[in-house]
Amino acid sequence: MGDLLLQVVQGLSLGAVYAALALALVLVHRFNGIVNFAQGELAMLSTYVAWQLLEAGLPFWAVLPITLAVSVAAGALVERVVIRRVEDGGELACVAVTVGLMVLVNAAAGLVWSFAVRSFPNPFPAVLSFGSAQSGFSALGVLGVVAVMMLLLHLFFRHTGAGLIMRAVVADPVAARLSGIRVGRVLSLGWGVAAGVGAIAGILVAPLLFLEPNMMGGVLVYAFAAAVLGGFHDPVTTVAAGLAIGVAETLAGTYVEVVGADLKVAVPLLVIVAVLSLRRGRAGVRRTG
Amino acid sequence: MSGVDVAGRTGHRRLAVGQVAGDRRRAWPWPRVTLTALAAAACLVPFLLEPYRVFQLTMVLVHGIALLGLNLLVGHGGRVSLGHGAFLAVGAYGSAIMTTSLGVPYPLTLPVCALVTFGAGLALGRPALRLSGPYLAVVTFAVAVVVPLVIKRFGAVTGGSMGLSTPVPVAPSWTGLADDQWLYLLVLAVAVGAFAVARNLVESRAGRALAAGRENPAAAEVLGVRLDSHRTLAFGWSAMYAGVAGTLYAWVVGFVSPDSFTVTLSVVLLAAVVVGGPGSLLGPLLGGAFITFVPAVAQRAGDALPGIVSGVLIVVVVCFAPTGLAGLLRMAAGAVTRRTGRG
Repeated sequence: MGDLLLQVVQGLSLGAVYAALALALVLVHRFNGIVNFAQGELAMLSTYVAWQLLEAGLPFWAVLPITLAVSVAAGALVERVVIRRVEDGGELACVAVTVGLMVLVNAAAGLVWSFAVRSFPNPFPAVLSFGSAQSGFSALGVLGVVAVMMLLLHLFFRHTGAGLIMRAVVADPVAARLSGIRVGRVLSLGWGVAAGVGAIAGILVAPLLFLEPNMMGGVLVYAFAAAVLGGFHDPVTTVAAGLAIGVAETLAGTYVEVVGADLKVAVPLLVIVAVLSLRRGRAGVRRTG
Repeated sequence: MSGVDVAGRTGHRRLAVGQVAGDRRRAWPWPRVTLTALAAAACLVPFLLEPYRVFQLTMVLVHGIALLGLNLLVGHGGRVSLGHGAFLAVGAYGSAIMTTSLGVPYPLTLPVCALVTFGAGLALGRPALRLSGPYLAVVTFAVAVVVPLVIKRFGAVTGGSMGLSTPVPVAPSWTGLADDQWLYLLVLAVAVGAFAVARNLVESRAGRALAAGRENPAAAEVLGVRLDSHRTLAFGWSAMYAGVAGTLYAWVVGFVSPDSFTVTLSVVLLAAVVVGGPGSLLGPLLGGAFITFVPAVAQRAGDALPGIVSGVLIVVVVCFAPTGLAGLLRMAAGAVTRRTGRG
């Protein structure tokens, strides 16, 4: 029984990471209608930045804000320099350009930091370090960080002036522009916030998965599944879906013989296909063109 | 949207040839002469070049066939698939398993794999194509991620992560050709057939229906075009092309492994369609050259460089030349035509 509980807690902590990356995907999609295939790789890049700072001897809780600042700036820069040019170019251009960024960032990380697998220090103190209980403790830490992040996001979007402006742009970019909001800057900031959220996902997942340029590939699939469940629109459903997928994946990998450790990634695929074929007609799913 | 809404975007001015996808105006005054010269060159090439170059050109054709299919879906149908590597895997493994375990002669595996992947494409396309663009991309992306894992999982049949070695087709003795030349000519013949079929498809009723659906889905449906069924068929066709390319890949390389069909392959295929030129017939061939030669050249300078070069090329082409290399070529041809006053 204790074993099952531990599996659930671990599933929840993985799920929290998927939820965070999914939230980044949803943010980008709400700001300019793009599904960002490079989101995972941007998160990976942020994780490498954090790792580099940790290697330089900075304490973890000083590294976190610096990394976040760098990530936000990088996200905004990507939006300004690349995405702005293709926004109106149609679906193919948008998908292609983010896929191109994904390939580019992955290779660039490989060039700078090599494709070697590195271990990433676990930020949470191993106070209860007797056997399996330690992993349970750090899983709770991951959940806590993601919860705090979501609370901050909620406060930012609901209770600050900048959040109001950003919501105005999401609701109606043309009207927002007419009332004097610099829509372009807001979109850049939106990408920046998304990149920051992704960076947190990357830093939290790195101790579990080991740091390497391809680390976020699998996580991105799970995040897509969660984002699809939320219709690329609804943050609450997305987070719930991310947590559920994390638990489902962990339990299926452990207890269902056929799935096993290597086919775990098929679970979100089945979820995506099932949801998309069952939930036709809901907002966002059936939009011709 | 990328399309021929020339009037909508630029008032009454006509854009130059090659600036929009799907532009059918004649850009080159000597199509027949050029085509004949190209055909002659294509047939002579294996007798003039060293075996490694012949192998590379064969791979250009193999990739070209896969891209031709993907282009039907992406360029003409306007639907994005990130999962065509999976169909390549099905074609390659189908052929490899048939020749090694079942002892089927290799020429027979081509039609069988084509049929199987056509069916698989229809089966996957029917539910998938009801989704709007980004969702379709996500679903096909997930397929591309899962297929290599499934291959590894069923190691008893597929050889697992070790892969499968398959016998490379041997040139019949009456031809007096070396094996690589025979393979090249075989692939060339299939490629010519594939191009002819694709060309006729695009210019048929189904092709026009696809283009109409890409440009303005609502208007097309009002006019009675059954978009879902046309798109499903296009998905089936494109899967079949990928399957045929996979089979040829297994013949040419003589070895299949899950690592050859990772999600990266699917991503690179889509990128090659975009770089080559979506919605053009020449695009897939240029894209095939892009897939084959860029890594080969960049690899010499380090492991990470192919990714960097491909990534930068994709971003630059999408931003600055949305009609791809084929569009640039058409522009150049149009310029020549204007110079010579033959247009």
